[in-house]
Amino acid sequence: MSDTTLSPRSIPDRLESPLASALKSWEMLLALVAVAIFIFNSLATPYFLNPWSLSDATFNFTERGIIALAMAMVIISGEIDLSVAGILALASTAMGAAAQFGVDVPVLIAIGLAVGVLCGAFNGLLVSGLGLPSIVVTIGTMSLFRGISYIVLGDQAYRGYPSGFSFFGQGYVYWVISFEIVLFLVMAAIFYVLLHRTSFGRSVFAIGNNAMAAQFSGIRVRRVKFVLFCLTGLMAGLAAILLTSRLGSTRPSIAFAWELEVVTIVVLGGVSILGGAGSILGVVIAGFVMGLVTFGLGLLNVPGIVMSIFVGLMLITVIAIPIVARRIKSRR
Amino acid sequence: MLNRPEKPATMTAEPILRLEGITKTFPGVKALNDIALELYPGQVTALIGENGAGKSTLVKIMTGIYQPDAGAITLDGEAVHFPSAHAALDHGITAIHQETVLFDELSVAENIFLGHAPRTRVGFVDWKKLRAEAADILKNMGASIDPGARLKDLSIANKHLVAVARALSIEAQIVIMDEPTAALSHKEIEELFVLVDLLRQDGKAILFISHKFDEIFRIADRYTVFRDGEMVGSGLMAETDQKELVRMMVGRSVDQVFPKQEVTLGETVLEVKGLSHPTEFDDINFTLRRGEILGFYGLVGAGRSELMQALFGATRPSSGTVTLEGKPALAKSEADAIEKGIVYVPEERGRQGAVIGLPIFQNISLPSLKKTSRSGFLDLAREFALARKYAERLDLRAASLSQDVGTLSGGNQQKVVIAKWLATQPRVIILDEPTKGIDIGSKAAVHEFMSALAAEGLCVIMVSSELPEIMGMSDRVIVMREGRIAGEFNREALDAETLVRTAAGIEET
Ligand SMILES: Nc1ncnc2c1ncn2[C@@H]1O[C@H](COP(=O)(O)OP(=O)(O)OP(=O)(O)O)[C@@H](O)[C@H]1O
Ligand SMILES: [Mg+2]
Repeated sequence: MSDTTLSPRSIPDRLESPLASALKSWEMLLALVAVAIFIFNSLATPYFLNPWSLSDATFNFTERGIIALAMAMVIISGEIDLSVAGILALASTAMGAAAQFGVDVPVLIAIGLAVGVLCGAFNGLLVSGLGLPSIVVTIGTMSLFRGISYIVLGDQAYRGYPSGFSFFGQGYVYWVISFEIVLFLVMAAIFYVLLHRTSFGRSVFAIGNNAMAAQFSGIRVRRVKFVLFCLTGLMAGLAAILLTSRLGSTRPSIAFAWELEVVTIVVLGGVSILGGAGSILGVVIAGFVMGLVTFGLGLLNVPGIVMSIFVGLMLITVIAIPIVARRIKSRR
Repeated sequence: MLNRPEKPATMTAEPILRLEGITKTFPGVKALNDIALELYPGQVTALIGENGAGKSTLVKIMTGIYQPDAGAITLDGEAVHFPSAHAALDHGITAIHQETVLFDELSVAENIFLGHAPRTRVGFVDWKKLRAEAADILKNMGASIDPGARLKDLSIANKHLVAVARALSIEAQIVIMDEPTAALSHKEIEELFVLVDLLRQDGKAILFISHKFDEIFRIADRYTVFRDGEMVGSGLMAETDQKELVRMMVGRSVDQVFPKQEVTLGETVLEVKGLSHPTEFDDINFTLRRGEILGFYGLVGAGRSELMQALFGATRPSSGTVTLEGKPALAKSEADAIEKGIVYVPEERGRQGAVIGLPIFQNISLPSLKKTSRSGFLDLAREFALARKYAERLDLRAASLSQDVGTLSGGNQQKVVIAKWLATQPRVIILDEPTKGIDIGSKAAVHEFMSALAAEGLCVIMVSSELPEIMGMSDRVIVMREGRIAGEFNREALDAETLVRTAAGIEET
């Protein structure tokens, strides 16, 4: 008979090293997919392996990716914000209107960001203040925000942005490295730290897994959710600045249906649509994958409607994979 | 007090269900290793073992939720295997699981008959019959639950009774009960035992899991003991005693005496005056002194948990005051209460306690993040250190601290929940059914911990439905009945009968 000791059994911190678990992660798989698409693209067309085309490819996802960073945190907390494209349209419209009065670039930027935050705060108030489900709230505000743009603009467009404004969406920091990609990577680093290295980020995970237990643990659940919606609004405002600057004009249909592409990036990045799990690294890689795919399809002259079918299929697939995988695993 | 009922004379009957060589491995732990178990018709077999010994894992294998890595199951002399939960149900095996799997939004009757509802001739659910049968079952059980009520409006004890009703509604030959009494108070346990006796007389084979030895000796005919995933003994209850069982289970003997230290009580720390809630409790007055352990006893539904949640800021009382060390301390929110130094270890582990999906160390550090992080930035080394300190003191059994709490055994989840709030180093700690589902050795560890904390000057409020725990640990006991304080007793004046009578509202003769 074996004799158990009286001293407490010691429990290891982890069973496998962080490196070993990283190698088995979804992010790793996704990175391999990105490499595969990269190789496929370069074989499919000789134009792809050119620094300038590669640089162009990044514009396909940087603006959406910036929103996706914040959206990832919202989805991990168990909520969703479908109004981001609406916020973007409204922020762009506000900037366009201000530009007609000849305001300076810094003021334009302040307006874009402020409109974004205010829209986000409005969502946040409805969700945390009144306790309404975010999917309902943000479907409503999605139409509300874009609707205001339509009322203001009708079938017109705002042009005439000051000359310095074009830098944000069209400028290069160095050689082929655009301002947008640099900003995206900087924001990714900030969000990485926020989600994975701060107690705020930890509380987001806790809320997404069990909001009631999080509340009982002293986390101010409603406040955290409010902040997350404001943050998403802010990122939508930032994306509005980039996109407006890149296009040089504002129409009310700007960034139409982007919310779905943003959600696709987030879910493709391994964030659970049910909340509670995910990583910023995954979202960043997913951004690159989306950029490479859409750019590749573009090079192959695939028409836009096929591309949106493709995005739709991709969204369903990436949502289905973890659910099916879990089902198979539990069968065993 | 616990006299054993007549045993049927069929002690030598053939087993109806036989498990052999069952093995199941999870990452980092062999949950079951070459297990054997036999169940006999008309007999209750008790399955005992420490937290994490593998009891619930075996239940899940017997009900088709998990597939064993190896081993054979024989039912009525025939080899069977259960690829799904439905297959086990079809073979007449039903279980009340430790974490009850019921549906909050459905009615009681729907929960009872989910998956096997009576049908009309054309194949639709026969709602009238369903409701009538549900009402019948509940009445036979002596449970006063409205079959039309929504499940989420019931107390946990009543939810548990619905799970029992569900098991009864299935024409099963084998009924498994995984810690069915953990959430119940004295009165409901008595009612449950009457039911178990009925099932036994019906010739059903019953597997009964519990950490409470008085229950096991009272209800079981046979026992099987698990230790660390292995079967270490089995036999007839009549031929063993508690000491032997505990030795088999733990591998050593455990001092079951509650290690209450004598402390000299200090000044009054917490004072509650006229605290009332529109529906749950009314005009509550009590004080708590430094170093004191104050027990709250009562039947399920007496309003104890609701009162404690009001002190913790989770629900808003309608009137009354709370003062902590002379300062007003009516908490506005849970975060506010924790800041003031009042913490609450909730009764509903799965919903309010553990954040399933997060690893153990993150669960333990969650309410202490302010302390473990540096100006908002996480410090994993400190979190691991904090988690290790409390996990080891409570004798947690886990493969690693990075394991998801959801994959821990029920009792070990409870230990994580206790560790989590102890780690905040509060001034007043409220423990709601703290040792629910915890094995005998760890229970002693929790009690020792509580006692040591009180000696260090912490104030403890302990809500418990377990008489020995209340009587062993408390300096003073308040009995609640129907939302009001029905009596208050000092340690010297404690007497089991009086407590039970006061809780039930029976006047002394
Ligand atoms: N899904 C899982 N993944 C990983 N480990 C698991 C899983 N389920 C159970 N385990 C481990 O298997 C062991 C046995 O757990 P089990 O739940 O069967 O214990 P138990 O005897 O029911 O304990 P308790 O008295 O606490 O309920 C534990 O070490 C537990 O951590
Ligand atoms: Mg168990």
